[in-house]
Amino acid sequence: MANKILVFIEQRNGLIKKPSFEAAKTAADLAVKLSGTVEAVAIGNEIEELEKVGSYGVAKVTHFKNSDLANYSPSAYAEIITKFVNENGFDILFFGATSMGKDLAPRVSAKLDAGLAIDCVALNADSNDIIATRPVFAGKALVDVKITSPKKVFALRPNVFNPGVPSDAKADLTVVNVDDPNLNVRVTEIKKAEGKLDVAEADIIVSGGRGMKGPEHFHLVEELSQILGAATGASRAVVDAGWRPHGEQVGQTGKTVSPTLYIALGISGAIQHLAGMRSSKYIVAVNKDKDAPIFQIADYGIVGDLFEVVPAMIEEIKKIKS
Amino acid sequence: MKIAVCVSHVPDTAAKINIGSDGISIDPAGVTYVVNPYDEFAIEEALKSKEKFGGETVAISLGGDANKETLRKALAMGIDNAVLLKESGYRDSLSVSKALAEEINAQGAELVFFGKQSVDFDNSVVGQLTAELLGYNCISVAVSFTLDGNKIICEREIEGGKEVVETNLPAVITAQKGLNEPRYASLKGIMAAKKKEIIEKVPAAATNYVEVISMKKPASKQAGKIIGTDSSAVPELIRLLREEAKVI
Repeated sequence: MANKILVFIEQRNGLIKKPSFEAAKTAADLAVKLSGTVEAVAIGNEIEELEKVGSYGVAKVTHFKNSDLANYSPSAYAEIITKFVNENGFDILFFGATSMGKDLAPRVSAKLDAGLAIDCVALNADSNDIIATRPVFAGKALVDVKITSPKKVFALRPNVFNPGVPSDAKADLTVVNVDDPNLNVRVTEIKKAEGKLDVAEADIIVSGGRGMKGPEHFHLVEELSQILGAATGASRAVVDAGWRPHGEQVGQTGKTVSPTLYIALGISGAIQHLAGMRSSKYIVAVNKDKDAPIFQIADYGIVGDLFEVVPAMIEEIKKIKS
Repeated sequence: MKIAVCVSHVPDTAAKINIGSDGISIDPAGVTYVVNPYDEFAIEEALKSKEKFGGETVAISLGGDANKETLRKALAMGIDNAVLLKESGYRDSLSVSKALAEEINAQGAELVFFGKQSVDFDNSVVGQLTAELLGYNCISVAVSFTLDGNKIICEREIEGGKEVVETNLPAVITAQKGLNEPRYASLKGIMAAKKKEIIEKVPAAATNYVEVISMKKPASKQAGKIIGTDSSAVPELIRLLREEAKVI
């Protein structure tokens, strides 16, 4: 194994996504451990500050450029990466397990006939073995896996790997113009949810459940989210009831999240919900029922009426923020 | 048009998961298995596509005899035919995809639906892998699907929004919750499904590239403090979040 590592740097709107820095740092550390080399590849049109990957330990980055590649094109991106890997003999690939990374990594893996470990939450390398840990059953269990094919693809769960403190180093940038990319599958438009932070990317999440008693009371969840700079989440029960959109659902058939702070309001804590948020660093629960399972995993709990407690929380946080 | 839908048979999301004695798989005792929740959206979209464009639908599942239960459910919802690719051992995602691709190819299906992920191993990659192996186009995590002639337009869910993706047949689409409202099987459908034959095939052996070394439960989290029973506890809660947890 040559231990030539390649990190995919994801851009959206020309800006590098944070999980790519986490992947870059993890790949750079692994390269040191395995006495290998590491470089990065990015695909897009204009990309701001691509040299910044150098500050996470990756000294070389290649930018495949074409105006049609500004938006994600699964077919073009997969072809470009595969060709680059084959021409340069990379044998270990890293992606962030974002919505783009989870879509792209398997396509590249199939083209390379490489084993794939997706959504990794830990990596341990000794001599030439890399052991990846990944959650299964939405985090109700964890598996350690080893990829046995010559080429290996890893996608790292966002917000888990520490990107460390960036240095001042800048990567060497090579720009390659792409002629005639394969746009068989292409993104034609991006519809941003207006001013909304996604639960998958948020550092703080405020979630509401059945205890909110109706969609008309979710303004409390939104207000608390807003003053904390948090994303708004929801339990499956309220999504199924049509009170909230599916994009906000946290749990086994929604999103698995690991924010720094998770505030559960009127959520009893069904097993499938707990599976999706139990790895949050701090959990706060407000619920009327003292026996609600959510209190089993909450760091701080208030057993009480959320319609009284939440407005008080909003007032108290306003006080300290002003 | 031939439409395929790939379905998996998984522990119910309400199931408690315990580790089996081999240390690399779950203990199936007391676990109820169901149709993978995302696959229900895939089945529904296959049925809607057939209603709109005509043709024939086939459900394909890889696994043991227990998977027939999930295939019967697909038949009861209205899928025309069912194929079980018999496999009693472990397969990684790529190896599963190779078997599925072979069968989809044999069926001549040009439109294929998957759930966006199985809620057991949570890989969310089998649809994309299978598409690449077939040389088909693929859109994953779709929350809308339209087909006009050869042209497909989907919206797929991304962080903080959606992206509109265009492609052409032949294609694999992986379904996210929100794509549609899966129908309930009618009594007539359930009765008819009981009589239908599930075709059993043995897929070509494939090499696994991902080996499971161990499976364990996550470290259990200790229950924390109950700070109070009404809004008078709020200042203390906020103080703890600021000073002890240092998160706000």
